[in-house]
Amino acid sequence: MGQTIIDKLWAEHTVADLGDGATLLYIDRIFLHERTGSVALKGLETAGHTVRHPEQVFCTMDHIVDTTPGRTDDTRMPGGREFITSTRASAIAAGIHLFDLGDDRQGIVHVVSPEQGIALPGVTLVCPDSHTCTLGGLGALAWGIGSTEGEHALATKTLAVRKPRSMRIRFEGQLQPGVYAKDLILHLISRFGASGGSGYAIEFAGSAIRALPIEARFTLCNMAVEFGAWTGIVAPDETTFEYVRGRPFAPGPAIWDQAVAHWRTLATDADAVFDREIEIDCSQLGPHITWGTSPQHGGNIGDAVPDPAAEPDQNRRQSMQRALDYMGLAPGTPLEGLPISAAFIGSCTNSRISDLREAARLLRGHRVAAGVKAICVPGSSQVKKAAEAEGIDRIFREAGFEWRESGCSMCFYAGGESFGLEERVVSSTNRNFENRQGPRTRTHLASPATVVASAIAGSLADVRKLKGN
Amino acid sequence: MEKFTRLTAIAAPLLRINVDTDAIIPSREMKRVSKTGLAEGLFAGWRYQSPGSRAENPDFILNREPWRKAQILLSGINFGCGSSREHAVWALHEWGIRAILAPSFGSIFQGNCVRNGIVPVVIDNAVIEGLARKIEADPHGFRLTVDLENCRVSSSQGESWPFTIPDADREMLLEGLDSIAVTLKRDAAILAYRDRDRVRRPWIYLPARDK
Ligand code: SF4
Repeated sequence: MGQTIIDKLWAEHTVADLGDGATLLYIDRIFLHERTGSVALKGLETAGHTVRHPEQVFCTMDHIVDTTPGRTDDTRMPGGREFITSTRASAIAAGIHLFDLGDDRQGIVHVVSPEQGIALPGVTLVCPDSHTCTLGGLGALAWGIGSTEGEHALATKTLAVRKPRSMRIRFEGQLQPGVYAKDLILHLISRFGASGGSGYAIEFAGSAIRALPIEARFTLCNMAVEFGAWTGIVAPDETTFEYVRGRPFAPGPAIWDQAVAHWRTLATDADAVFDREIEIDCSQLGPHITWGTSPQHGGNIGDAVPDPAAEPDQNRRQSMQRALDYMGLAPGTPLEGLPISAAFIGSCTNSRISDLREAARLLRGHRVAAGVKAICVPGSSQVKKAAEAEGIDRIFREAGFEWRESGCSMCFYAGGESFGLEERVVSSTNRNFENRQGPRTRTHLASPATVVASAIAGSLADVRKLKGN
Repeated sequence: MEKFTRLTAIAAPLLRINVDTDAIIPSREMKRVSKTGLAEGLFAGWRYQSPGSRAENPDFILNREPWRKAQILLSGINFGCGSSREHAVWALHEWGIRAILAPSFGSIFQGNCVRNGIVPVVIDNAVIEGLARKIEADPHGFRLTVDLENCRVSSSQGESWPFTIPDADREMLLEGLDSIAVTLKRDAAILAYRDRDRVRRPWIYLPARDK
């Protein structure tokens, strides 16, 4: 019987079989950030362990750092400075690569790691951050871990892991204009639930996926964790190799052909069997938007807020009711046209150069509606630089968006900046949990294109109706 | 790590689905580079009346008697989903929780529990709902026992149910093992792997850095 890409990567990284389904896996790359990496590095120091292979360990400042121009180690989050200074001191002491404030490689961990060629096809990569699955977009086996597991990976270069079940999701057909990878993954989660992928490693396949550029594959895999999956992955192909070639930490010319030849062997065999298969026809999908406090609470932009009374399952019904109370929505209200007070483009889901280019293309010649606070935060210092070289920052600014330094920014509320109590935000991020973007802030998740169309309209909007588009 | 063998305690039903780690410990409550000082922030968004305040919400289960002393939590599917922050587990542990019963867990959270002495008990939703009804009928008398040695949950009313937990997790909890020390016993295998792999995938091995 053939093997899946996950089987192949699992076998390739097996150091020892630990019995009872557990394997000691070799970890090729470790990435840290100041939010959780700080405590992992400190824990390691306290326990008297050292970092094995510090040259394969990377660290960036993204979560707590300020994103307003002219930033320093001071943060809006009370006490945030300690996370930055502690991480810096530990990273320097451990001899790992540090992309500090002011370094032009700084940015959101999951944006930086492929950008620098640290994440590669076929590598195992871990980070104490749940969205590490983003790097599955390159064909890496990448997953989020806790801080204690982070200490284990740093000290031993391995992790003890139980092999998840396998699922293949085929997205078939061509996407309509106005529909993006973000809509695909939000659709999947709303259809099968936020725990629909629980216990699985998921291969995303099918004609729609093969047609996606790498950055869109990152968006897709980024939210595998919101589907409950252990990770998501897309088999590497020519598009992947072209993306990786020439990046700072990627294999150089002398070894490039050997690496690519190896990466070509990783794709799932034709006769491999998955524990579960799902097929989705993408050709009929429209832009997606969430209405509740779980990524599973969503539908098409043309839908109305559903009625919990119609939900037969009691747990789901209660969760829907709580969500509507939190979001200040009544059943039957059309989603399109709901007034918003803020719009946010950023996060490891949708802040790469292709996201900003598409947003700017749609935004050109328009203005953000009066009373809407609109913010764009490039995912990395490199993305920011590239966008500025193309004049994208000007389009955003002239339309009324704030243009920021890179970082996680208002993807999550750390105790500093927020959108405000009961303010309604349309956001290109990945989590609409209660209080995620600020105390009682009401988040609607969508693609950057939908965020732009909504910012212009001043209410949740269908990007396909945007004038001049 | 603290060992876990068997615990009989008050159990608090928090029967919500998809309880995420942002809800268990909001980001704003993770104030220092530390694994401690987190209990006060546990479920802060639900436990207190308004963001940032410490005025208790009297309706929240952990603010009510007898559940202020609960050491076991019952919940719905996908408990601990979302952010990988281990602070969620540290906060639960510091507050006093030692076992959580749910039909399923967020996978990173589940691993974090095992590494910090909290038993994640995967058990049928019907059992959890049945238990919750009995707890509400007799809040002060009802006790739940989690017996990790025999992998059974039992109630003070005499019923019991088996549960499964991977052997490695069970052993780590029973023995209170330090996972780094356990793995380093296999150091020879790790080094042998690296030597083999270096030949097969040389591009993985970046040059050592100058300090
Ligand atoms: S952008 Fe948001 S989701 Fe992504 S790593 Fe940062 S905080 Fe987490």
